[in-house]
Amino acid sequence: MLSVRNLQVSIDDNEILKGLSLEIKPGEVHAIMGPNGSGKSTLASVLAGNENYKVKEGKVFFEGKDLLDMAPEIRAREGIFVAFQYPVEIPGVSNINFLKTALAEIKSYRNLPPLEARDFLKLLKEKQKLVEFDASLTNRSLNEGFSGGEKKRNEIFQLAMLDPKLAILDETDSGLDIDALRIVAKGVNKLRSEKNAFIIITHYQRLLEYIIPDFVHVLYNGQIVKSGGKELALELEEKGYDWLKEISPTDELA
Amino acid sequence: MITEINNSLYDQFIADFEERAARIENESVYSLRKKAMEQFKLLGFPSTKVEDWKYTNVMPFLSADFTFKQPVNTNTTEVGIQQFRIAALECYQIVLLNGEYQPQLSDEIVNKNISVTSLKESYQEETFQKNFGQQLNLNKHHFGALNTAFFKDGLFITTKDNAVAEKPLHIIYLFDSDANLFIQPRHLFVFGKNSNTTLIETYVAANVNSKVFINSVSEITMGENASLHHYNIQTPHDGTVLINHTEVNQKDSSCYNNYCTSFPGADLIRNNLNVALEGENIGSHLYGLYLVADKQLIDNHTLVDHRKPHCQSNELYKGVMKENALGVFNGKVLVRKDAQKTNAFQQNNNLMLSSSAVIESKPQLEIFADDVKCSHGSTVGRFNEDALFYLRSRGISEEQAIALLINAFVFDVTEKIPIPAIQLHINKLIEQSLNELETVS
Repeated sequence: MLSVRNLQVSIDDNEILKGLSLEIKPGEVHAIMGPNGSGKSTLASVLAGNENYKVKEGKVFFEGKDLLDMAPEIRAREGIFVAFQYPVEIPGVSNINFLKTALAEIKSYRNLPPLEARDFLKLLKEKQKLVEFDASLTNRSLNEGFSGGEKKRNEIFQLAMLDPKLAILDETDSGLDIDALRIVAKGVNKLRSEKNAFIIITHYQRLLEYIIPDFVHVLYNGQIVKSGGKELALELEEKGYDWLKEISPTDELA
Repeated sequence: MITEINNSLYDQFIADFEERAARIENESVYSLRKKAMEQFKLLGFPSTKVEDWKYTNVMPFLSADFTFKQPVNTNTTEVGIQQFRIAALECYQIVLLNGEYQPQLSDEIVNKNISVTSLKESYQEETFQKNFGQQLNLNKHHFGALNTAFFKDGLFITTKDNAVAEKPLHIIYLFDSDANLFIQPRHLFVFGKNSNTTLIETYVAANVNSKVFINSVSEITMGENASLHHYNIQTPHDGTVLINHTEVNQKDSSCYNNYCTSFPGADLIRNNLNVALEGENIGSHLYGLYLVADKQLIDNHTLVDHRKPHCQSNELYKGVMKENALGVFNGKVLVRKDAQKTNAFQQNNNLMLSSSAVIESKPQLEIFADDVKCSHGSTVGRFNEDALFYLRSRGISEEQAIALLINAFVFDVTEKIPIPAIQLHINKLIEQSLNELETVS
């Protein structure tokens, strides 16, 4: 589904990703862990199409198509969704209107008939329930005056509404209390299927107790230095990120 | 004093005034006209050397050949006017054709507490004599003096004390002419104590293939505890210059709400809105919205004059500027020495869609009292790029995302409109203008 090959990315002349490769198949959940500044969020931003990040080298294919050639909205319509670490507040744009517009454009891109108003509302209610998103928030301006936790839950609510093929959760767990974390995880678990895939970017192992990944990758200094099963997350939690310095290939060279 | 370009128009006015002198319609009105004419001779048309007209050059618009005469044959019919109604709005429709009141095209006002008549037929009324010309400062306003010297007609609207207008009064300014018209409507609105009124003014072109220069003056007096919602919805056609001067005088505990919206079309729109808070516990709310397209100039000058204590004023003007648009906002809040415990707020925000659009924004506060709460501010900016990216990352095209963000930007103003049909109407006009903006670019 997603194939990242030797991805090298910089921002303002700072090299952040230094040759990252990753293969993701439908039905899989991948966790990417790593210390601050290792490049986790950069990966999410590049996949979303943020033009502040410059791709120097490497290729990214999504279902065989060159992802890096696509505008952000095309990526979304193709089926990529990034739940952002810091969702933007947009006063004056209502959550509902925003979702209606987004869904309509995605449907039209996929040559699907537009949703009737009634079906849209039905879907809205169903997904609100699924991710336990407060209905009163749906009628408000997009993220305006939302608490940190509410913003994160709104990202998951959007994820449920737009039903992407590949969802990337960028530190969705940061700033969530344990109850909110459980709700978010429950929502994600209900959305998991044979056809879609998830990338969970996280700092802590905590979220992975609720969303069990198929693979765990450790990102350090712009590269994936270790990959393994779900037990790798526990090992990392136990040994701490200092452990990475021992296994990092750049350090080996030095 | 008088620049050369406009000598012919100026001479035309002098000749017209002398012709008028031969058929004096009313002694007191004529003496006011004479005073105004003397003043206009002193002031002339304003050049950009006049501080209040520094960024707005009217001279090029005065060089056309204008006629002051009403066109004889117009094609405007009752049916034709239907299209200018605001959808789903219950209202009394009042039609002015080329600045003159048309009772046969207007609705009959069944509410006996509201009176709508032609201004020129009201000179004998006591309310007219008491209020007319009382608020406009002829020494300061070039076009105000010109209007006072030459106005032909307009509306005289009064409401009795405790009158409640059960539906809005919708004034439709229609223009229908083949020749270049210079018209000067003059209105006097007097609202009684405890009255409650909604007034909507819309500018539309019916059958115009020529230039229209409108120099309009309205004087509004509000009695104690009166409430007025006053809408200006400006959508004149290109080739139009609209100079719209409004003077408002508020008495104790009255509440004035103005919603001034200007859309692409006219070559030049200049709004002067002066509000005098002549009493205590007054509320004044001024909301403005201007969408300015290529080679257009929209200029809003406001004055909020706090004269007495314990009053509150709030002003919010938002502008969207594109291509080579020029916008001017000049908002002055004056808090006089007696006006203690004043709360006065003013804000002007501008969204620039092009790097060649220009906005001159000048918020001014002049405070002579020492126990007040006042603030003012002005911003000029582009889109929030993060917001644009966020919307696009959800599958929304760049054009749609921009439209959503523009709507969001103006939402602070549009949400203040209390009548849903008008809010809908204005949102439609915004959408239309944005679509036009897109096709241009």
